[in-house]
Amino acid sequence: MNISAAFKRFFNRNGLGLGSFLLIAVGFWLIVLIILPQLSMLDFSFRHHLPPPEMGGPKDTYTLEHYKYLALGAQGADQSYNVVDLGVFVRTLVAAFFVTIFDLLLCYPLAYYLGQASGSGYTRILVLFLIIPYWVNEILRAFAFRIIFGDSGVINELLLAMGLVDNPVDFIRDNVALYSGLGYAYILLMIFPMYNVIESLDRNQIEAARDMGAPWWRIHWRIVIPYAKPGISSGCTMVFMLSAGALAAPQILGGPSSLWFTQIIYQWFNQGGNWPRGAAYAIVLLSVCILIVLSAMRLFKVRMGDIGK
Amino acid sequence: MSRGVGVSLQDVWIKFGDFVAVREANVDIQGGAFFSFLGPSGCGKTTILRSVSGFLDPSQGKIIIGGNDMAGIGPNKRPTALIFQNLALFPLMKVWENIAFSLEVKGVGTAARRKRADELLDMIALTGQGDKLPSELSGGQKQRVAIARALCAEPDVLLLDEPLSALDLKLRQHMRTELREIQQRVGITFIYITHDQSEALTMSDHVAVMKAGVIDQISDGQTIYDDPSTPFVASFVGENNVFRGKVKSIDGDKALISTNRSGDLLSRIPLSAKGTLGVGDDAMMFIRPEALSIAKDDAAANNHVTALVLNEEFEGQTFNVFLEGDGGKEMKMSLVNQGKARESAKGSSLTLEYAPDQAIVLPAGELASE
Ligand SMILES: Nc1ncnc2c1ncn2[C@@H]1O[C@H](COP(=O)(O)OP(=O)(O)OP(=O)(O)O)[C@@H](O)[C@H]1O
Ligand SMILES: [Mg+2]
Repeated sequence: MNISAAFKRFFNRNGLGLGSFLLIAVGFWLIVLIILPQLSMLDFSFRHHLPPPEMGGPKDTYTLEHYKYLALGAQGADQSYNVVDLGVFVRTLVAAFFVTIFDLLLCYPLAYYLGQASGSGYTRILVLFLIIPYWVNEILRAFAFRIIFGDSGVINELLLAMGLVDNPVDFIRDNVALYSGLGYAYILLMIFPMYNVIESLDRNQIEAARDMGAPWWRIHWRIVIPYAKPGISSGCTMVFMLSAGALAAPQILGGPSSLWFTQIIYQWFNQGGNWPRGAAYAIVLLSVCILIVLSAMRLFKVRMGDIGK
Repeated sequence: MSRGVGVSLQDVWIKFGDFVAVREANVDIQGGAFFSFLGPSGCGKTTILRSVSGFLDPSQGKIIIGGNDMAGIGPNKRPTALIFQNLALFPLMKVWENIAFSLEVKGVGTAARRKRADELLDMIALTGQGDKLPSELSGGQKQRVAIARALCAEPDVLLLDEPLSALDLKLRQHMRTELREIQQRVGITFIYITHDQSEALTMSDHVAVMKAGVIDQISDGQTIYDDPSTPFVASFVGENNVFRGKVKSIDGDKALISTNRSGDLLSRIPLSAKGTLGVGDDAMMFIRPEALSIAKDDAAANNHVTALVLNEEFEGQTFNVFLEGDGGKEMKMSLVNQGKARESAKGSSLTLEYAPDQAIVLPAGELASE
């Protein structure tokens, strides 16, 4: 089918008014709000950091300097690699990975329960309880976590009162607060795609497997998880991408010694005023995240089309 | 393969909250029998089956399989295999993996599983189709895969919940014969659920007819058809002309019924109604459409009914004649097609007769509503 025929069919199906609206809205969203800004970021990342008067001047040429800096560090530094930034980069990705796994383990049973085990008005109330906390804004939630996990927060008070610890545990320094905060922030993004898929799983399949003698773990392993795979991968992708790219939670809940890679990016953009370097760092983070997600999809044999489910 | 074992339900009640879905079910199913539950939608058939397979605990009463009380034994530990109303094949597993799933559960190795699956595929005439996905099969083929999957578990009792209801007529008739053949070959007990009476009658050794949670009658198909024990069974299984009235007199196994609209008619009292029916009682008399024929003479008799022909329908081997008796009483008569040209008797008045042996009278009760 050639393109003009495809357009014709599209307009026939949706009508001229709705058809043009859809086309313009999606086009605007895709091109103006996503592609153009990212392209300009990409462009930025290959330019020198120049004072405004010199922009567009003879010195304004393309360069790999910022990517080099991320990899090798400042010229003449003691180390041959940019150990600090790369270290933060890797730690961020590893932490995001564990946040994802943690959320997955936490949310799968919940999503299964919501989607299969019950199925009454009771479920809707549970879902509501899950959603309402998200009406509170992110910063407020992060600070609330800081208070709860603080030296004199509820958790420490409780531990002290029960005599489990003698001195308050420094949850902030140990990054417990950060991981909990991040995990908590994206729970819904993990639950809902899984819940959607699991809800559509025919109960009879689970019963059929049980009837043939399968214990609960095999039912999950062979029936539920393969079926829920699109939802699982969609949830994991979102949680991984968003935790790796989170800024507020690490700013507020992160320990003093642990930096999140986004914080470095933020510093380059803001404090450093070095937009090209910030852009280069951001592009590297984005590309590596996409690469990781794509390889994970390949590993678990998930097709791109499934993610949209 | 294991021989069939008996199943019995002893005074089983199943309640959902205040709602009684099954009331006082007492059923004895012999090992190796083909037993059907027949009843209209919502009468509790699936509920009974689920309690036998262990997905549901009866509120009261016992379920015995092969002499063992099944109380507290889960569905994965019972010697039963259930074929679901919608088959419930696993869509992401290949056909052979579906069939051999019960072996996978037991930890049998891949090669052995594949071998057994291929044997079963041969049996259901799907040789070489093991590597397809269920979605690549036709309705009847899926059906057979579901049967093979259940048989692979080597159950003592196979439970089938309206497995043919999704198929078209031709395939349904074909699968009926096939199911019956499979049952005779493997020799295990089949408990079959259906709301289709001809399905129940053609396949089963015994049929239990249910109405709103109550089992009205358990018998072989012919008895159910010829000697229904309640007005519900008489009107639900096959077609019947119903005549309401009162018992006028009783003579041996015959009763004279004074019907409301069609005069006095003679009828046989079936075994189940003997002794329960007395002179003066409200009664219902049933005459099958095929038991009616055109009378040789028009004289009034206690096995004659007069009626006006409303309509005639040609149905291949039979003519269905729709008539209206005195007082607007609707009747149906089925005549065997003798191959000779018939002139339509539409609008004419006929005298019908029947053999009193082929009419039965029962104490008045609830009828099956269409
Ligand atoms: N889990 C349940 N909770 C409450 N009521 C139920 C439940 N399951 C079934 N019922 C009720 O029990 C009755 C019998 O249901 P069942 O599924 O056994 O009917 P059925 O005879 O199999 O009907 P069909 O031929 O339509 O499948 C119905 O009135 C139904 O509403
Ligand atoms: Mg049912």
